[in-house]
Amino acid sequence: MVLSLSSLLILAQAAVGPSAAGAEDAPERQERIAYQPVLEQPAAASPPNSLVPATAPVAPDDALALNESEPRAGKLRMFDGGKLLLTNGVTTVEGSSGGGLARWATIGGRQMAGGIGASAHVTGIELADFGWRSYGIAVGLGDRIELSYARADFDTRDIGTALGIGQGYTFNLDTFGAKLRVAGDLVYGETWLPQIAVGIEHKRSRDGALVRALGAADAAGTDYTLSATKLFLARSLLVNATLRYTEANELGLLGFGAAGGGADYRLQFEGSVGYQLSRRAVVGAEYRSKPDNLGLGDDDWMDIFAAYALTRHLTLTAAYVDLGSIATIPGQRGGFLSAQVAF
Amino acid sequence: MLLTATASALLMLMQQAPAEGTDWDAEFGVEAKQRDPVTGEFPVDPYPQSNANAGAAPYDGAGLAAAFGGREGIARIAARTVDLSEADPRIAPIFASHDMVRLKRTLGEQFCYLLGAGCDYTGRDMKTAHAQMGVSRADMNALVENLQAAMREARVPFAAQNRLLAKLAPISRDVVER
Repeated sequence: MVLSLSSLLILAQAAVGPSAAGAEDAPERQERIAYQPVLEQPAAASPPNSLVPATAPVAPDDALALNESEPRAGKLRMFDGGKLLLTNGVTTVEGSSGGGLARWATIGGRQMAGGIGASAHVTGIELADFGWRSYGIAVGLGDRIELSYARADFDTRDIGTALGIGQGYTFNLDTFGAKLRVAGDLVYGETWLPQIAVGIEHKRSRDGALVRALGAADAAGTDYTLSATKLFLARSLLVNATLRYTEANELGLLGFGAAGGGADYRLQFEGSVGYQLSRRAVVGAEYRSKPDNLGLGDDDWMDIFAAYALTRHLTLTAAYVDLGSIATIPGQRGGFLSAQVAF
Repeated sequence: MLLTATASALLMLMQQAPAEGTDWDAEFGVEAKQRDPVTGEFPVDPYPQSNANAGAAPYDGAGLAAAFGGREGIARIAARTVDLSEADPRIAPIFASHDMVRLKRTLGEQFCYLLGAGCDYTGRDMKTAHAQMGVSRADMNALVENLQAAMREARVPFAAQNRLLAKLAPISRDVVER
């Protein structure tokens, strides 16, 4: 009944309509019915005794036109990054969000809560006698979970001959990481509450027979980490502390544990401090302790780094690293260069 | 039924078009808010005023305020932050239906108070002022970027910029709702 009535009304309107709704006066009609929000009426011209000075209108160029339409997967925003520069960290040699060497509590990717982001990295380290290459990807789920994979290739170059494993023998390591933010925020919230995350890193050496021959108990192992990271804005200082429960020899490149038993999981420490020079630039230092299960003089690692966010998506990190003695060869210092692309 | 329909159709046909230039606000009793002729702001409901509404304790000493160009420089930075945010497609809709004249003043007062430049904050507390806005962390980050841009334009040293952000970061818990 109601339906038929309303359709009739529409018919009636259509019947009288054509003469009134000519093409030329259609815009005029629209103009008349346009709703003018009250607050958009021009303000009383600059108040005479206001504390607020008149500012120049924002030119269109100044407006941050960053609102590209982003792909979506259901309700999840894909790659709709909104993090502040550098707050996703750079990438560690094991593929996790962090400093160059130390894992941080930060989550990789530029996504915010409810979004999905990703990052990829390549890292090269040139040491006195060895070369390191690693590359990998990380996926961030909201501000909560990070899943990562990295492949590391450790080139023994001329030392390979001396060690009896062949010129240029390259150790390979796969690292599968997961990290869960359990509390706090890197930037916001209470100053005393850092961003805290727990995580694992499952590593698989691709040189099983060799690392066992070198004395390792296993070719695969899992690290457990607890990280706390905070940006102390009042000091422009980023501080990170990570506890790592591990049995890895040289991160796992030389396997896990020692065949003779005895050496097992140990608690290790990773610390970073960074000073923010600008929104885009941070300089700092890191320290990472490591166990010496194999008795090969596995040293603690340290670095001095500078990271620069060239764009929202591209961050470059350069560092001077001192990795001490590796596989009995001392004095392994050199340059570290890493590029990270994040969305 | 046919009768009712015919009657309605007839009624429709008999309707007259409203006169040109009808004052619809008057017809429907819409009252336009009037800006205060002195301050240029829309009136707000009364609320208890207190510096505690600023959400944090101010810095001591005059050094930091000087780095921001004193009271005038601070007010200019606050106003510029609002202008940039109004023009920022990421967060402009949040500002669209609010009184920007008042926001520029109260935001300037808040910065001025927190930086120890000797102003009193007369605005509402952060929770009340941002109630029902649905501000997200991403919106907050966008605002921070605009504030950083305004401070950079005013040549505020980066460490001093971060000192202001350090006061604002904990307050964000009262602003961010999702």
